[in-house]
Amino acid sequence: MARIAGIDLPRDKRVEVALTYIFGIGRPTANKLLAATRVDPDTRVKDLKDADIQKLREQIEKNLKVEGDLRREISSAIKRLMDIGCYRGLRHRRSLPVRGQRTKTNARTRKGPKKTVAGRKKTKGPGVGK
Amino acid sequence: MSRSHKKGPFVADHLLVRIERMNAAREKRVIKTWSRASTIIPAMVGHTIAVHDGKKHVPVYVQENMVGHKLGEFAPTRLFRGHGSGAASAEKVEVK
Repeated sequence: MARIAGIDLPRDKRVEVALTYIFGIGRPTANKLLAATRVDPDTRVKDLKDADIQKLREQIEKNLKVEGDLRREISSAIKRLMDIGCYRGLRHRRSLPVRGQRTKTNARTRKGPKKTVAGRKKTKGPGVGK
Repeated sequence: MSRSHKKGPFVADHLLVRIERMNAAREKRVIKTWSRASTIIPAMVGHTIAVHDGKKHVPVYVQENMVGHKLGEFAPTRLFRGHGSGAASAEKVEVK
């Protein structure tokens, strides 16, 4: 059982992909890790040697912030923005886009499902409230 | 693109002069400024700076973790009063 950073890696996938199941590791990071530890990215997780797993684990421990720690860092950075009352913090508080995107339409990822507004004129063009 | 490190942070000269003078004299007074683009530098911590929002000056008490941000970030320029008129919007607020 390959358990790294508190996550069970899927046994049948290639390590390169399996590592991306860890929060904070994507494909580029996974490849860097594998290059640094000299593990073939093509091996399946179930075929990994214990020594390799150990090497990967150490490499991650030493160089990266993953999973819980990373999540904590992110949320504390956001909390800091909200606490000092700057514009980005205000946008986070209202769960609106932070980086200057338009909100007349779109922005559904931040705003969530559409909320219909009663009494909207239809002649107003492509409105949001439909 | 971000600003060249060689130049250091941008702070409007008139603001910088006043901050330094106040730090030298160890006094604290509210400084009015229109310079929203000025970066907050460590020398400003503890002062209250009234930043123009286009209409009035919004007092901003500068804390340590604001260093590196711009003054304008703390004085919103838009005021959203909600959509619709009177009864409809009042109802909407209640539903939320």
